[in-house]
Amino acid sequence: MKKKYKLIDLDCANCAAKMEDAIKKIDGVTDASVSFLTQKMMIEADDAIFDQVVQEAVKCIAKVEPDCQVVLK
Amino acid sequence: MSSLTKKQRKDLIRIIIALVMFAVLMICEHAHVIPEHLHGSVAMIPVYLIPYFIVGYDVVRKCFLGIAHGQMFDESFLMTLATVGAFGCGEFEEAVAVMLFYQVGEFFQSYAVGKSRGAISELMSIAPDYANREAEDGSIEVIDPDDIEVGDILIIKPGEKIPTDGTVIEGEGLINTSALTGESLPRPVGTGEQVISGCINGENLLRVRAEKAYDDSTVAQILEMVESAASRKSKTENFITRFARWYTPTVVIGALILAFLPPIISGNFAAEFSEWVLRACTFLVISCPCALVISVPLAFFGGIGAASREGVLVKGSNYLEMMADLDTIVSDKTGTLTEGKFKVAKIEAAPGYREEDVLRVAAAVESGSTHPIGMAIVEACDSQIPQNLITDVENHAGRGISARVGNGVVCVGNQSFFVENGISLPDDRTEADGTHCFVSADGKYIGTIVVADMPKAKAKQAIIDILAEKVRRIVMLTGDSASAAKAVADELGITDFRAELLPQDKVRVVEELLDELSKSSNSKARLAFIGDGINDAPVLSRADVGIAMGSLGSDAAIEASDIVIMDDDLARIPAVIRIARKTIGISKANIAFALLVKFACLVLGALGIANMWAAVFADVGVAVICILNSMRMLAKR
Repeated sequence: MKKKYKLIDLDCANCAAKMEDAIKKIDGVTDASVSFLTQKMMIEADDAIFDQVVQEAVKCIAKVEPDCQVVLK
Repeated sequence: MSSLTKKQRKDLIRIIIALVMFAVLMICEHAHVIPEHLHGSVAMIPVYLIPYFIVGYDVVRKCFLGIAHGQMFDESFLMTLATVGAFGCGEFEEAVAVMLFYQVGEFFQSYAVGKSRGAISELMSIAPDYANREAEDGSIEVIDPDDIEVGDILIIKPGEKIPTDGTVIEGEGLINTSALTGESLPRPVGTGEQVISGCINGENLLRVRAEKAYDDSTVAQILEMVESAASRKSKTENFITRFARWYTPTVVIGALILAFLPPIISGNFAAEFSEWVLRACTFLVISCPCALVISVPLAFFGGIGAASREGVLVKGSNYLEMMADLDTIVSDKTGTLTEGKFKVAKIEAAPGYREEDVLRVAAAVESGSTHPIGMAIVEACDSQIPQNLITDVENHAGRGISARVGNGVVCVGNQSFFVENGISLPDDRTEADGTHCFVSADGKYIGTIVVADMPKAKAKQAIIDILAEKVRRIVMLTGDSASAAKAVADELGITDFRAELLPQDKVRVVEELLDELSKSSNSKARLAFIGDGINDAPVLSRADVGIAMGSLGSDAAIEASDIVIMDDDLARIPAVIRIARKTIGISKANIAFALLVKFACLVLGALGIANMWAAVFADVGVAVICILNSMRMLAKR
């Protein structure tokens, strides 16, 4: 499954790159991208563990930039 | 300034308050309001800390949160360390100023990025906001495009966006496709015709049956594509992200060495240490990687945006990068370079007859024809003979057609048809390329109509423009006969063509050309294939860059290709090459400028010439300039 999330207050381009790296390393993630320009995160992971992966990703983002919020639909 | 976000407005207020306090403080100090002996003394620290925290508290907070999360070396950490270092050395003014100007730079950066983001979403403002659904009882409700179901009847009022792809069931009018195709001429639509989401309805009301759910509609696909384009990174982007990853730690280590090594060597550690710490702090400020990391993707983002305004969708930065290094363009013939349908290319009348009469009688005979050649003849003729004068139509499959027109018998057919009927053909007939249809009246030859698949009107100029963009070679591929291929190639000024190819042969030819390119001296040279996207999917995916033409509304084409040209205008190709070159130029200029300023500041900082103010410029100032430079991509031509 592939899903996109909007990010609020993603303030620095380098942070986006760091988040992307961190999310790609989460187990079960096949592909991920964090775009500073569109302020969006894309995660592609196995359906079975998708929610779990997203939770992990949110944690990764909070670690890199504490003020950045993920809009979970 | 109304376009500021809430956060930006708050930041701006903080900056202004801190700036005023800082200015007052500076004036007090220099006007000797503050006693001389207090200058640089510990007692002044709390006073300077007030503006420092007003403007920089979030930076300090982020720094500590970062450390707690094990994320060292981010910008907040570096700025905090540098300013704390400056405080430690008794340079209070410098510390506050650095934090202040860092925040000013950040503010401009966020403002400029927000602006360009806005400019792009404006370009991409093709998404419909709502749809009018007609219920069974005829009442109309306004619904979210996401709620449209296939088969729903939608009412599109004048000036509204078409919410999803569908078929017109009532009404006719002009629709504006410019947001999707860049084509400014409105397209006429009528009952039974397809309409594409994202187009804007003209003056008339249309009733449309939805053929697709919103998520599968053209607009949703385009938006999806442009948004995910950013994730297919170009080599330049990857280079800069990798570079940033080792750049910051390296400079920080450099700063440590700079702080300790020179004073230790000089042997006068106590006296010189604070001076070197200050220089090290300059290093820390310069080591922030953001200017580099942001400058390149923003240029590509702008490039993709500029291309989409031309009605060209680029699926990723990497493809834009390859377009800039284009060496060979391989193009399909039918439907790409040519119209893809037969047209009358030439009419020759026998002595004593007029060309329009030849066409008119031939069109009369062919008027009921479903054969592409017959239809072309009918289409070319604008003065129809009344149907009731045409009788006894006889079809001779594969050879020709005959009918009684008024009192005479007219035959239209190929050479063997005429030989069969004992009608002699003159020897000095036209030699124009294409399919020759002979016309006779009452057993006597009266003329020849040549029907051919004509090159597109703008194709020749487009080829000239492509060659002017330093594309070395254009190769035309076709399944047609060699003579038909040669005719089109000559007409368009293409010297290299391969004819009579089966679909798998096209892949083989492209592979051969790719092989040749890989052996050439220029390892960056790229090959693009242009096709209609439906029949050419294997070739499109084999080429470095697959360009699909005339793909508006065709899912298969959008899927198979890397660059999608929404209408079928070949002139978009040189335009995209120009956009690609400009994008690469801007991103390279940004990299060179950012690195140059940073390295210059590093060297000058180490020598004690550049102070922390210069370093702040090297960081955020450069970032802002790079962003402004990238925004040129979005400027109107």
